[in-house]
Amino acid sequence: MTTKVTEKRMQEREEHPMERLLRMDRIPHIWCPTCGIGTTVTALAVALKQLQLDLNNVAIVSGIGCTGRVAGYTKLDSFHTTHGRAIPFALGLHIARPDLKVIVFSGDGDLVSIGGNHLIHTARRNVDITVICVNNFIYAMTGGQVAPTTPITARSATSPYGNYEHPFNIPLLAASSGAVYVARWTALHVRRLTVAIKEALTKRGFSFVEVIAPCSTLYARLNKLGSGLDLMKFYHDNSVIRHGADPKEVNIDYQSKIAVGKFVDIEKPTYLDCLNNAYKKKFGDKYKPYGGGNGDK
Amino acid sequence: MKFWRTPLDIDKLKVPRGELHIIKERCKGCGFCVEYCPKGVLELSDEFNSKGYHPPVVVKPDECVNCDLCEMLCPDYAIYCVRVEAEEKEVIN
Ligand SMILES: Cc1ncc(C[n+]2csc(CCOP(=O)(O)OP(=O)(O)O)c2C)c(N)n1
Ligand code: SF4
Ligand code: SF4
Ligand code: SF4
Ligand SMILES: [Mg+2]
Repeated sequence: MTTKVTEKRMQEREEHPMERLLRMDRIPHIWCPTCGIGTTVTALAVALKQLQLDLNNVAIVSGIGCTGRVAGYTKLDSFHTTHGRAIPFALGLHIARPDLKVIVFSGDGDLVSIGGNHLIHTARRNVDITVICVNNFIYAMTGGQVAPTTPITARSATSPYGNYEHPFNIPLLAASSGAVYVARWTALHVRRLTVAIKEALTKRGFSFVEVIAPCSTLYARLNKLGSGLDLMKFYHDNSVIRHGADPKEVNIDYQSKIAVGKFVDIEKPTYLDCLNNAYKKKFGDKYKPYGGGNGDK
Repeated sequence: MKFWRTPLDIDKLKVPRGELHIIKERCKGCGFCVEYCPKGVLELSDEFNSKGYHPPVVVKPDECVNCDLCEMLCPDYAIYCVRVEAEEKEVIN
């Protein structure tokens, strides 16, 4: 039997929707097959689109690493800084141009190891930026060395018999340092991740989203865990949604259950609020608040 | 389409339909789209692209509900879905 189908296209999309956010002259990107970083970038793109933000007012900053390539691939005001220095660069950008939305997009090694001090102090001061941290449990770009996020017993190029150092619990680090929004998802939870990025971008203050993502070439291979698709299947079977969980209880052990969800969402004056309030108190009407209104954007 | 309960407005419900676009040369054959398509629309093909990867192929075009999950999960921006409206449609049985 033959079919009779009359079809009407709803939208003419002759190009991939991601082309709106990507520097297409740099695509295809360098990420390996079954690497999860590309998926997390889609979540950011969809979040920006759904929030209908004017992309002229959005800046993205990365450090160094496979994840550090993200800034260079995105068609925003993008800055590829030195290793570990994405957050201080973003902080300077935010203070100089408080009208911009400033996003830091970088890896676990970059943000939590060499850049760890910047992370805790920028969170402590509740600077109004959004940090997206792709955690693949390893220093991927340089060949898979042990990171401060590598779970105990996991193998890396520099822990061939298994890691024996206590790793950081990143949500706890961010929350206890002062972040007002902390969430964790995996690359597989791409829709929930998009919602979290939207919430983080709308939040006033230091917002932090951790994304667990597959590094197929190093983390998966050195640990004989299969491909990135196998890691996605692992996330599917082992992620537990625990909104509001105490960040103390969301540490990740080697191939353990992964607590995901929104762990922190609180209100607190931002760095610019505090600055403006302190000077207003001291100088009264002579002081003109910086950053528009009372530090508001 | 199967529902876990029959929606009250079933007569008015229109299941969206999607048309897939695959940019074969950009695909790295990860299989994310194939594995997580809720409707089993895709399979990895036997075909090679110039980098030696097997891009996906649409095996059940009429089943696609334009949910965009393949598009969102694809780490290489190699697949996307466009909504189409079926005005008149009889399915081959
Ligand atoms: C000052 C400095 N020290 C060390 C390096 C080498 N280096 C480049 S990337 C990297 C680790 C990146 O790890 P991560 O941030 O987790 O990113 P991934 O590649 O895993 O996405 C290191 C140590 C460097 N580029 N600069
Ligand atoms: S080395 Fe790992 S993190 Fe880097 S691109 Fe390859 S899979 Fe991704
Ligand atoms: S849009 Fe949804 S239903 Fe259609 S192929 Fe992609 S994942 Fe499957
Ligand atoms: S998700 Fe993308 S890269 Fe992976 S197989 Fe599908 S089209 Fe290819
Ligand atoms: Mg890393």
